[in-house]
This record gives sequence, structure tokens and C-alpha cells, in this order.
Amino acid sequence: MNTETNVTPRVIVKDLNFFYGKARALKDINLTIADKKVTAFIGPSGCGKSTLLRTFNRMYQLYPHQTATGSIMLDGCNILDKGQDLNKLRAKVGMVFQKPTPFPMSIYDNIAFGVKLYESLSNNEMDERVEWALKKAALWTEVKDKLKQSGMSLSGGQQQRLCIARAIAVKPEVLLLDEPTSALDPISTAHIEKLIDELKEDFTIVIVTHNMQQAARVSDYTAYMYLGDLIEFGDTSTVFTNPKRKETEDYITGRFG
Amino acid sequence: MPMLLHEARLKRQSIYDMLFRNLTRLAAFCVLALLAAILASLVIGSMPAIHAFGFGFLTSPDWDPVNDKFGALIPIVGTLITSIIALIIAIPVSFGIALFLTELSPRVLRRPLGVAIELLAGIPSIIYGMWGLFVFAPLFADHVEPWLNQHVGTLPYIGPFFSGPPMGIGILTASIILAIMVIPFIASVMRDVFDVVPTMLKESAYGLGSTTWEVMLKIVLPYTKVGVAGGIMLGLGRALGETMAVTFVIGNAHELTKSLLNPGNSISSALANEFTEAFGELYTSSLIELGLILFFITFVVLSLARYMLYKLGQREGKAS
Repeated sequence: MNTETNVTPRVIVKDLNFFYGKARALKDINLTIADKKVTAFIGPSGCGKSTLLRTFNRMYQLYPHQTATGSIMLDGCNILDKGQDLNKLRAKVGMVFQKPTPFPMSIYDNIAFGVKLYESLSNNEMDERVEWALKKAALWTEVKDKLKQSGMSLSGGQQQRLCIARAIAVKPEVLLLDEPTSALDPISTAHIEKLIDELKEDFTIVIVTHNMQQAARVSDYTAYMYLGDLIEFGDTSTVFTNPKRKETEDYITGRFG
Repeated sequence: MPMLLHEARLKRQSIYDMLFRNLTRLAAFCVLALLAAILASLVIGSMPAIHAFGFGFLTSPDWDPVNDKFGALIPIVGTLITSIIALIIAIPVSFGIALFLTELSPRVLRRPLGVAIELLAGIPSIIYGMWGLFVFAPLFADHVEPWLNQHVGTLPYIGPFFSGPPMGIGILTASIILAIMVIPFIASVMRDVFDVVPTMLKESAYGLGSTTWEVMLKIVLPYTKVGVAGGIMLGLGRALGETMAVTFVIGNAHELTKSLLNPGNSISSALANEFTEAFGELYTSSLIELGLILFFITFVVLSLARYMLYKLGQREGKAS
């Protein structure tokens, strides 16, 4: 992989600190997420990897007493700026969660839900968009005959692909995946991993995972975090085969965590 | 020898088990027996009225104890109208309360407000009635009803419903008091069911850029519709049967008028007011038949609600 030459930065995180009330959960994080690549955050539970992910779309904003300082630049704007329009931000930064979260509505409406928030499409255009998103998420062939059925009627793996389709239907620039396969069986997991590989053609992907093999399989870059610190960040192959830091090596070789 | 002991214990246990099973069965059947007994006594008690008036009882607006002519139309209409208006007022207010408590309220306010709502639900209905009669009705008569008369009463179509003497007591006042009484029930059920919506589901909707309002209306409400409908039915059940508070403010007049400002009557307040002075078999029997009708209305409403929920569930079931 020739990472040094053709990488455009997409998200630049600078001196990011995050607080749950007074507790500091992220400590001076600096890293750059490359455009149209997959970046994985790994580390033991409570290390702050999900917290870091949730600053990218300001999801923490829903809860009082959670604050972030520093800057996260996306398209020349600081995401953490008070004036940042949250709805616009979330149109640019989509998110998929640990468990599938289909909305209580039809498969079609699940996909159309987000699109309707930003665009007014004709019925035809909407049909096309739904088909596009479902094809991108490798779900189209399985659901094309039952678009009117409830999204809850799908299997777990299908539901998660539905959630991915829902997130990409609004055509975001960045896709955040928060342990997207932790509730899925191995076959569904393989599906999703294959999908991630295809999706990076169009989207910048950030994935949080507990599963180191998964990080090794799907990501181009890996960030190892521990207790709110970014310990090591670099090429996935380098981080896994030739880590610079002792802590990273210990974690990757399974000596702890 | 130890073997025998073991067997004896087993036998004793199986006897206990049987006793226990039959006791619980007895308790369960008691409910059915009570229901049947109440229904039977209502039917038997109302037989003279049923014989005398037949189905005409349901559609006749007469209520003339002197000439022994009775009809249930006015109390039936009063009961249904007050309950429906109460729900029309209570549902959006309760939704707002529940929405605020689960999504918007600062954490420090959540508990006190929640407790206040539960306290409101615990206030005896006679206190609502007294408050309605002595405090609310005069205020309503002085400040709200004249305004309604002037501004809404002159409108086409809905005008006639809001014109009439501003007396303070009447169908509309009773409806509002009823609404106040059912709001705590509906609001606390709604709050409880909104609270169990998975955070991640809400976050996914927020993550797509939805506003709180969109999340509530399009995600939370559909997700909890069965519970919400249950809460509304609980409120409706309470509104239909509410006696004391309504008796205080409805006016207890056997008149059928278009205006909601006029006094009217409901089944339960007619019963409460008139049982003590009911003389003659037909009068008493007519009142008992009113009770039977109320029983029947409540039963039909609850069954309809069940059926609706069943249908909803079935539609989802087909999807899955």
C-alpha cells in the first residue's frame, strides 16, 4: 500500500480534549483521518475510542455536562464550533451503531427518512435514491420485493446493512461505524467487512472495533488508544507488524486488554 | 426406611402443590364470578325499565320522574362528549409533558416534575370537583366564556357550540376538569414508555440530523404506539366513569342543547345525584339501566382499544 503519496486529509483533529463533567476522557488527541480510507480506532474498553468517534458528529451534544475542546476540522470548518449547524454536520457525517437500529417503519421509509430531512426529491428520484443506497449496502437483492415491509422484520445482519444504507442514503462524506459488527454473527460480520471495503471508494470511513483482527482486515490506518491517550497511530500494517510503542505491541499480541 | 421417608415427603409436597394450584385458580375465578354477579344484578335491576321503554330508552331525551317517563339519551351524550373533549385536550398536553420530561428537561427538574405529576394523579376526585366549582367555574364564567361567546360563538359551523349563557358550569367546564384529571395518567404512562425507547435508536435518528421534534414524532411515537394507546385508554376509562368531579361542575340538567356552555348531565353524575331521591320502581330501575349502559360503553371502548392494538400488532406481525 502506497500510503505516503496519494493521501488527502479529510478530518484533522487537533488538541482534542473531552470531558464527562469533570472527568477527562480524551487527552490532547491529534490525528488526521485520510480521505476515502478506512481508519480504525482500537483499544481496551473505556479507552475513549467511542468517545472520540462521537465527537465527529457532536453526538455528545445530546447530553448535558459533556464538553469537547480543541478543534476538528472538516472542509475548512471546525466541527466543535458553537455556530456549527448540527443538522448540516450530521448530513456530512453519518453514523452506524453497535446494534442495528431500524426505525419502526418500512424498509423504504427507513432509507427515505434521512433523505427527506435534507432534500425534496420527486417520487421517482426517491425510488432511485433508495435503490442506490440499498445496492451500495449490498442489500438490494434481498429486500427489493419487500420494500414496504417493516425494517424490523429483517435479520440482524440485514438490519445492520439497512442502517448502513440509511446512513449513506444522505450521501455523507464521512461514515462513522461504532463497533458495527459487535452484535452480529460471523457470516453477517464478513458481509459487513466486505461492504466496508467497497464503501471506501465513495466515503471516508472511521470504524471503532473491539476486534483487532477486524481492524487488521478492514482498515488502512489504525489508532491505538489507551485511557484517553492516543498511543500510536499509523499504517495498519505497520501498527500490527512493527509497532513503535511497547504498549501497542502488548495489546496487539494479546498480553493485555 | 429413608426411601419411605422420601416418598412421604414427595406425597406431602404434591398435596401442597395441588392445594396451592387450586387456591390460585379460585382467586382467578373469583374475578370472573364477581364480574358476572355485577352484570347479572345490573341486568335484573334494570328489567322493569327495559320492559317499559325497550330500545327507546337509549334514544329518548325524556327524563320526567313525575310522569315516570325516562330516557338515557342526554346522560349518554353527556358522558361521551365530556370524555371526548377531555381527551382532545389531554392528549396533546400529556404528550408535551412526557416529551419535556424525557427529552428536554434538565436532569434536576425531572424527578420533582415526575413526582408532581404522580401526586396530581393521586388527588381525590372530589377535590377536583370542589376546586372546579368554587375556583375554576367562576373564573371561567367571568373571563373565558364571554370571550368564547364573542369570538368563537359567532363563527359559522362551530359557533353554536360556543354560544350560550356564561354560567361557568356546563359540559365544557366538566370536560376541562376531566382533562385535568386524566392528564397525569396519560402523561405518566407516556413518559414511562418513552423512557424505554433504546437510546441508540434515538441517537440514530439524531445522527441523521433530525430535530428533537422529528425524533419524537417519527421515531419515538411509532415505536411506543401500543403503550401510548394504552395510556390514552386508561385516561378514557377514567373519564367515562368519573363521578364526583363531573357532578360538581356539569350542571346536572336534563337538557339537550348544542352549546357546550350549557349545563348537561352524564351517566355517573345522574346516578350520584338521583339515587337518593329515586322513588318508585321504574325510576330506580331506569337509573340501574343507566349504570348498565355505562358498564356497556366502558366495555365496548376497552374492547375496541384491544381490537385496535391487536390489529396494529397483526400488521406488524405480517411484516415480520
